[in-house]
Parts: sequence; structure tokens; C-alpha cells
Amino acid sequence: MSTPTQSTVELVLDTIGTVAIVLGVLLALVASVGLLSLPDVLSRMHAATKPQVVGLLLIVIGGALHLRTSPDVWMLVLVGAFQLVTAPVTAHVVGRLAHRGEGGVRRDLLYVDELTDRPDEADPGPDDQEDDDEARDEDGSPHRNGAAVGRSRRRRGDGSDGASLDSGE
Amino acid sequence: MSTLPALLDAVLVVSLVLLGLSALLVVVRLLRGPTGLDRLIALDVLVAEFLCGLVAYAALTGDSSFVPVVVAISLVGFLGSTTVARFVRRGTGR
Amino acid sequence: MSREGRDGGEGRRTPPNTGGILRRAVPLVWLMIVWVLLWGTFSWANVLGGLAIGLLVLVLFPLPAAPGGGWIRPGAALGAAARFVGDLVVSSLQVARQSLQAVTGPPIRSSVIAVRLASSSEFVMAMVTEVLTLVPGSVVIEARPEERTIYAHVLGADDDQAVADFRAQVARLEGDIVAALGRPAAPTVPVGPDTAEESR
Repeated sequence: MSTPTQSTVELVLDTIGTVAIVLGVLLALVASVGLLSLPDVLSRMHAATKPQVVGLLLIVIGGALHLRTSPDVWMLVLVGAFQLVTAPVTAHVVGRLAHRGEGGVRRDLLYVDELTDRPDEADPGPDDQEDDDEARDEDGSPHRNGAAVGRSRRRRGDGSDGASLDSGE
Repeated sequence: MSTLPALLDAVLVVSLVLLGLSALLVVVRLLRGPTGLDRLIALDVLVAEFLCGLVAYAALTGDSSFVPVVVAISLVGFLGSTTVARFVRRGTGR
Repeated sequence: MSREGRDGGEGRRTPPNTGGILRRAVPLVWLMIVWVLLWGTFSWANVLGGLAIGLLVLVLFPLPAAPGGGWIRPGAALGAAARFVGDLVVSSLQVARQSLQAVTGPPIRSSVIAVRLASSSEFVMAMVTEVLTLVPGSVVIEARPEERTIYAHVLGADDDQAVADFRAQVARLEGDIVAALGRPAAPTVPVGPDTAEESR
């Protein structure tokens, strides 16, 4: 609240709210750094979880403390709840794809990989063996098709449809 | 007594600036990739930081008219990235 | 699939007979609460409107029957929630530290760890997966109900000690959840109703 506060209680609430927001923002900042510094997709996802869950929760708490007189406070409570429900969905889907695809995880940086060590029919894809990325790139299309995860995407060609997303620099 | 609210407001402004800075860092990852999943994650974080910014702005100004926007985005924000994730092919290296 | 088909008993060994109406009212009450919270003020008009809309939503988009089991135990649930918040804080700081270390130091090593759950309940597995994925530092990338096993990517787990710690953490978490749900460890069906229906 930018209006001058009347009582000490309000001042204290504002202060706590501001501290919560600052903490949330710092988490978001560190997460952005982690997004740049961590080595592969799966690791970066851990950094991404922070602003999406903890950071947003902190900021929502701070915002609720600031807006405490407005009925919209309860909406902020809902924001927190919705975020808790929806955030893992993306993380799980992306994590799954990243582990199966190439380039998603640097296997040389894995201490143990118990999913790769125990493949079964539910986890297709010979690419989960230990050979490294370069070898796989030269392998060509059958490999990629085999490792495509989605049932509906199997028959597609060699990844050209994702080129706009995938080909960076 | 009267300086503390001003200080709190200043701190909130600094927070917003820091959020903007983190968004810039995220954009770097978004542009750099290298895989589609990287960009997806970056976009997700960008959305989350946008939400954070809206809430912080509401806290700063006491104007809660953006809060319904935050509710809506927090509900459907995951749909886009989950859908895209199904179509992102594995990164082809660089 | 309609609720009748799910509850009708074919393919399911534990239909929630007792308190079926009450159990079905739970999502309705949740939707009503969400509606009231969205309006931000408690009034009977909001409550009734929420009930009406909730009913409409549940009729148009029927939920699958919740897996059987007891009601939530408030005490244990509160304890689990408190521990969850503690986990969130601790692992957020940990991931923050690792993110900053990775700027200058060597790349952070990780592990993909398989953990076999004690409970065969898919609901417990879903809860464990959800919580682990919410907490920074661990993401569940594969969950196999038929093996009762989840596979999680754990950031910074680069020795046997860390792997063992993670397994202990999951076991503790599962214990919390089972305690909060107030049911014994392994009452439910070995294969989920969905897979059973699909394979037919």
C-alpha cells in the first residue's frame, strides 16, 4: 500500500509482505541464473521449479499481506493453490521427454541412472544406452523415430517439423 | 515512522527491477536453446516471473485489478507448455 | 467413462460403497469453495451459486471415482504439510546454492534414482510424485505403478550417500502421506482401472 499506514500493525504487515516479496524475487533471480548455469535440461528444470512454486508462493503471500483489505486477497490464495496443482504437470512431461531424448540430459554428468540401467518395454528407445550424443547424431533417422516418445508421433519424419523450435544457433 | 512506508515502496520497486533482470536472463536461455525443451522451460519461467511481477506491482500500488489475470494465467499457463512439450522433438544437437 | 461405469464394480475390487454420496460431495464442496474465494466475499448467494456451478461442472465433466480409502486425518495431514513446507524451503536454498556454484565451478552432477514404494496404491504414488516434483531438486521423470517404482532425477546427487538420503526422504514422504490419508499401506488393486480397461 502506498498510502501512509495508520497503525503499527499495518506497518508490520506491510514489512513482512515486502520481505516475502523480496525473498521471492531473489529466488526468481537465482533461478534465472541457474537456468543459464546448469548443464542440461533436467538440471535446469530444478531451477525452473523455484520461481514457479516457492517464489510465486512467497510473492503471493507478500501480495496478500499488502492487499489485505481487498476481497481479491482470496484470489491470491487460489493462485497459490492452482500453481501447486499445475506446476508439476509440465515438469513431469518435460522431464520425461528430456530423459528419453538426446541432448536433454548429459549422461556423463549422471552419477547413477537407474532408469537407463533397467529399461523395459514401457521405455522404448535404444538411445538410452550409454553412447554419447555425437554417435547418435550420425546414426540418422531410424534411431530418432524409435526414440520419439509420443504414440501419435511415431510415423512422422526425421524431426524436421520441430526445426523451428530446435535449431538454435 | 513516515519513512518506513517510503522505504518499503522503494524496496518493492527494486524488486520489480530485479524481476525484470531475471526475465532478461531467462530470455537469454530462451534464445540460446539449444533444445526445444530448454526454450519450453525458459518460457515457463518467464510466465512465472510475469505472474510474480503482476502480484508485486499490485502490492506496490495497492491496485488489485490485475489479480484476476494472475488467477487465469496460473490456471491455464501449464496447458500451453504441456501441449508444446508433446510436439517438441528431441533437440538435434545445436 | 461415466462415474457409473467406474463405480459399477467391473474391474474394480474396492468400490467405495460406504459414504458414496458423501464422497461424491467432496469435489462439489471444493468447487463451491473455489467459487466463493473467487468472489472474495462470503454470502449465501455466492455459496448457492457455487453449488449450482459446481454441480453443473460435475455433471458435464464427471470425475473418475476417487480411489477408495479413508478420510484425511487432520493432525497427520497438518504435520505432512508442515514437513512439505520445510522441504520446499530447504531444497530451494540448496538448488539456489547449486545454481550459483555452477556459474564458476564444475558442472553439477546428478542422478536418476529408482525408488520402490512400500504402498501399491496409485493414489499414494501420485501424491508422492506430485510432492517430489514440486520440491526443487527432484523431478519424477517416470512412474510405473505396476512396479510400484518412481524414477526421479535428483540434482546434485553425486555419491552413494546422497542417493541413500534421497531414498530415505522418499520413504519418509510416503509415510507422511499414508499417515495423512489414514489408511494402511497396501490395500488397493495391483493394476489401475484405466490400464485394465484399455487392454480389453
